[in-house]
Amino acid sequence: MAGYSREVARRVFAQEFRESTLTFKDGDDQYAPQYLMTPTGARVNRIFIVGTLIEKEDIGTDSEYWRGRVIDPTGSFMIYAGQYQPEAAQVLAECETPAFVAIVGKPSTYTTGEGDVLTSVRPESIHVVDGQTRDIWVVDTAKKTLTRLKELEGGSDSPDVEKAKEYYAPDVKHYYSMVSQALQSLKESY
Amino acid sequence: MKEISQDIYRKFQELGVEISPEDIEDRLDKMVSKFKVPKEEARRSVVNYFLKEHNIPRNQFYTGQSESPMMKVSELNTDGKWVNIKGKVVQLWENTHESISQVGLIADETGTIKFTKWGSAEFAELTEGQSYLFRNVVVNEWNGKFQINMNKNSSAGQIEENITVGTSTYAFTGALVDIQTGSGLIKRCPQCNRALTKGACMEHGKVDGVYDLRIKAVLDDGITAQDAIIKRDLAEELTGFTLESAIALAADALDQGVVLEEMKKMLVGKYYTATGSRVERYLLVDSMVPKSTVDPQELDELIATAEVA
Repeated sequence: MAGYSREVARRVFAQEFRESTLTFKDGDDQYAPQYLMTPTGARVNRIFIVGTLIEKEDIGTDSEYWRGRVIDPTGSFMIYAGQYQPEAAQVLAECETPAFVAIVGKPSTYTTGEGDVLTSVRPESIHVVDGQTRDIWVVDTAKKTLTRLKELEGGSDSPDVEKAKEYYAPDVKHYYSMVSQALQSLKESY
Repeated sequence: MKEISQDIYRKFQELGVEISPEDIEDRLDKMVSKFKVPKEEARRSVVNYFLKEHNIPRNQFYTGQSESPMMKVSELNTDGKWVNIKGKVVQLWENTHESISQVGLIADETGTIKFTKWGSAEFAELTEGQSYLFRNVVVNEWNGKFQINMNKNSSAGQIEENITVGTSTYAFTGALVDIQTGSGLIKRCPQCNRALTKGACMEHGKVDGVYDLRIKAVLDDGITAQDAIIKRDLAEELTGFTLESAIALAADALDQGVVLEEMKKMLVGKYYTATGSRVERYLLVDSMVPKSTVDPQELDELIATAEVA
């Protein structure tokens, strides 16, 4: 298909996101999109998260630079918003914690001196939402993760699955239990 | 090589012209082996030579051989494919280009597609509201969209049947991940109804615009991103704004953008099911229902799936 098409916002739990270390570019072009490949084979250029913002702090020296921690049933996402994400930074500056937030953003990675890869999210937008939306997101993300796990097991021939398998040799059980744990956490309310 | 020459031989035979197969093969061979012409080019050139020799019009050779398949509008997604379609001319647009005779939209029960009737097309002017059987029109992809072209090989015949125009409804459930610029409180051109950018219409220049509300949203289900257009009534229903209250808010803030900001705060990040008709890459939304709760049964089923493994 010719022309531009918007990158889809993937659904990934915090634990899987934190355990992702593989980034790659689609092509050699300077402007080629950058992707983060997760252990279950999600190819992430954009991510959609709904979780609880539990901490926020302005860590900027000259201008505002906000760091926030958003948790889901499996772990936490670090989010960083500065002057180039004015809308998101403004919401972080104004909102109270804890709060349910929906975030659309880009994954980014940082490699420490010891060679550890830290993942974080650079938000395009943050909006305060209700608890229902957060629960729907957990179910949505569980469903998407299960689909990816099935493809991993089923020997799908998609290049993304191949790539994830080759790089991570993922322990499928580990991720099934992550999904199960996330879903169980909703069980009390439904 | 043998195949190509036989193929050519057969096609001419169908047109009632007997050519010696050796002659065809000699010519092909000379071009391919001696002059390093690619096979397909050689074939074309040999065919053209014989067409000239026997005074056969080219389109007779190229279209006479097989009938284009009958297709529905929604199936037209192969660039360069020749098709027949039955459809109704639902709209004709003003057209200024001299080599184009008519431009507009054709619809059948499955969808709508843009058409261009070139000056070379030899049939009579199309009338709005009339249904036709179009033969030998070609599908063309441009900028990721499909349209059909009618040229000198095409024909159109009026048909009695009145084709019902389908707006096959389409439902999409996903998170509303973005509202794009050009949403909220906008101004439209009083003449052509296009949205104005910076107070000017693309067609009519600086005009005194008419206020309207609309939302260009992106719904995303984690697999595809769907552009959706929400018109004024529905935008009012979803946000609680009325056109008047939106104008008042904008006037207070001295900024039209505040309406968009407010709408984003209300809608972005939430899950919706939008239903409507699809036109090109947009979903024109007729109804939009928020997904408000988790289905306990679905939850149980997912838990079962996750634990069996």
